[in-house]
Amino acid sequence: MRYRILTAALAASAALQFAGTAKATDLEVIHWWTSKGESAAVSQFAKAFDNDGHGDKWVDSAIALGETARSTVMQRVLGGDPPGAAQFNPGRQYEELISGGKLLDLTDVATAGKWDQVIRPKAIGSACLVDGHWWCVPVNIHSNYWAWYSKPVFEKAGVPEPKNLADFIAAAPKIKEAGLIPFAIGGDGNGWQIQLLFQDMVTEALGVAKRDEMYTKKSAEIAGGPEMKGVFTQLRTLKQFTDNGYANRNWNDTTNLVITGKAGLQVMGDWARGEFAAAGMTGVKDFGCMIGLNEAKPVVSTDGDIIVFFKQNNPDVEAAQKRLAALLISPEVQVAFNNAKGSMPVRGDVDMSTADPCMQKSLKAVEDPANIVTATNRFITENTNQQLNELVAQFFADDSMTADDATAKFATIIGNSD
Amino acid sequence: MQRSWRRRFHLPAVIGTIPMILVAVGVFVIGIGFSVLWSFTSSKLFPNYDFVGLAQYRRLWADSRWLVSVNNIWFFGLMSITCNMVFGYLLAVFMDQRIRQEDLFRSIFLYPFAMSLIVTGLVWQWVLDPNLGLQEAMRNLGWSSFSFAPLVDANTAIYALVVAGIWQGSGVTMAILLAGLRGVDEEIWKAARVDGIPTWRTHVSIVAPMMKGAFATAFVLQCVGVVRVYDLVIAMTGGGPGIATSMPAVYVIQLITVRQNVGQGMAAATMMLLPVLVVLAFGGLVMWRRNRQREAAL
Repeated sequence: MRYRILTAALAASAALQFAGTAKATDLEVIHWWTSKGESAAVSQFAKAFDNDGHGDKWVDSAIALGETARSTVMQRVLGGDPPGAAQFNPGRQYEELISGGKLLDLTDVATAGKWDQVIRPKAIGSACLVDGHWWCVPVNIHSNYWAWYSKPVFEKAGVPEPKNLADFIAAAPKIKEAGLIPFAIGGDGNGWQIQLLFQDMVTEALGVAKRDEMYTKKSAEIAGGPEMKGVFTQLRTLKQFTDNGYANRNWNDTTNLVITGKAGLQVMGDWARGEFAAAGMTGVKDFGCMIGLNEAKPVVSTDGDIIVFFKQNNPDVEAAQKRLAALLISPEVQVAFNNAKGSMPVRGDVDMSTADPCMQKSLKAVEDPANIVTATNRFITENTNQQLNELVAQFFADDSMTADDATAKFATIIGNSD
Repeated sequence: MQRSWRRRFHLPAVIGTIPMILVAVGVFVIGIGFSVLWSFTSSKLFPNYDFVGLAQYRRLWADSRWLVSVNNIWFFGLMSITCNMVFGYLLAVFMDQRIRQEDLFRSIFLYPFAMSLIVTGLVWQWVLDPNLGLQEAMRNLGWSSFSFAPLVDANTAIYALVVAGIWQGSGVTMAILLAGLRGVDEEIWKAARVDGIPTWRTHVSIVAPMMKGAFATAFVLQCVGVVRVYDLVIAMTGGGPGIATSMPAVYVIQLITVRQNVGQGMAAATMMLLPVLVVLAFGGLVMWRRNRQREAAL
């Protein structure tokens, strides 16, 4: 991410400025929604909060890259100056914030809004419902299990559009011959884009049940098995189809390669669709999407974003925090936000008929519980997650590392995870 | 005995250094103490006092990223310090030839040191990015097979860091050594010339040994810069590709902030402290022996 440091510095200085002048109902929200599509989405939240009739003000602190934003939040909490609210991913990233008593209990808001009934699937709600108390607001369901491709690129190379990853690997040499980049990826932020691809390939190779068993039982046996070796081998093959500018590229620049027809295909979560939409493209003629890396076996994951609220010793701020919490999950805001973001709303009782063909695919898939994959973050801590990031990024960058080595290291990390 | 005590603890000097002593004890000693303490605990996001012995150190030395970081800092340190000292000395000799526009040249050479390493790193990253910088520019000029992208190859990225380190550090080494060179008495040069000793020989055998102090200062500055190298790596490579350019300081910050594993981060920080302590102890020993010899001579 080329502008990451500059952006982070700017965001940090902006945050300091606001911290001094915050009034009772000014609520600072730290998040990492910084790309074009994401900004369009988050402005829907800000607009709704600013116009809620209470004179509240959304103070926006956008910090590029999730790991940077999260560590900023953690430092602020440790330093005794937490923001009003912050974005996290559902999972174990914030478990110590709950056990440390740093978060605002939202149970009364949740009871009034009947969150336990409107939020579907149940797995999304359970990320916030810990020991009978609600500690966060889920705002969307993201699925990581997508591949996005440029229709003009496949046409130019004279190959059919892919239906699964094997199709794509078969077509890739032709795309390369046509002078285009077959596979677009980026290596910023410890290589999280590569790990996202890797996780999708793991689920595809192991199947949902075996994958869940590997993570929940910390099974080094499955993690070191032949399927995993196959994944690493396939990952090396995919690397042959990338360009050498990948090293520091961030995800939306990667998506842009597909948008502008320079690259064939990118594996990325559904937030990439927000970028296509922001570029004025529709999923009918300009770009195609492949669900779950295999159209025959559609899967959606229950990743997403949640918003946590930090305890503040000021009843006015607390009231504003609770108003925002209720607002984030209200039907109108859910539709506006998720249409711009490219994610699914967390409630099933809203009208999504305006959604594009790709979202219709995922809305259909989410109806069947058999298609739902639990987010990896639910099983592993951020520590383990980053270790996996590093392993996969190292394997991807270093051609001398064999698939056998990588599989063995993967098994060690899974076996030792806490 | 009485005299020697007075000479060592001159009252105004003691009063003058009290603020510095307080800061040093308050910030460094207590801070380092807690770092070491927490390295023996299972602290994750929040520091705690659940002592687990050497478990964090065992995990640390089993982590391939830490091993890569340690190798990297040795490589980076040896390469950049050696090159900086050699280039710095050559530049200082060049500047000492009573050239015209000396001030201008000195500013140019010192300029990289005045710039933030974040800016330096970003500029280098842009120049070396295959899609934006040198490679793309040459290809646009028509040399379509031109290939130069050291930052994206795990084997060469560390060399790019070394080059940036030299670019940044040789100017300040030059300034320090130039001051040392100017401190050498003109008479020595004259005497050497009269004796018909070649210039290079005068430099190596006479002038350089006389500049021991300047060399030591430059060397210590370089070492400190290497141990804490962080911003350059973050700005240029982010520790990548993969983990190829990770450094201990980057590792520590990553463990504490992103990986939410304070205990292991503190263990890594303690490991970074060890070589510094060894060097300090060695320096102290040398000083102590010299003082004892001098006192014995008196």
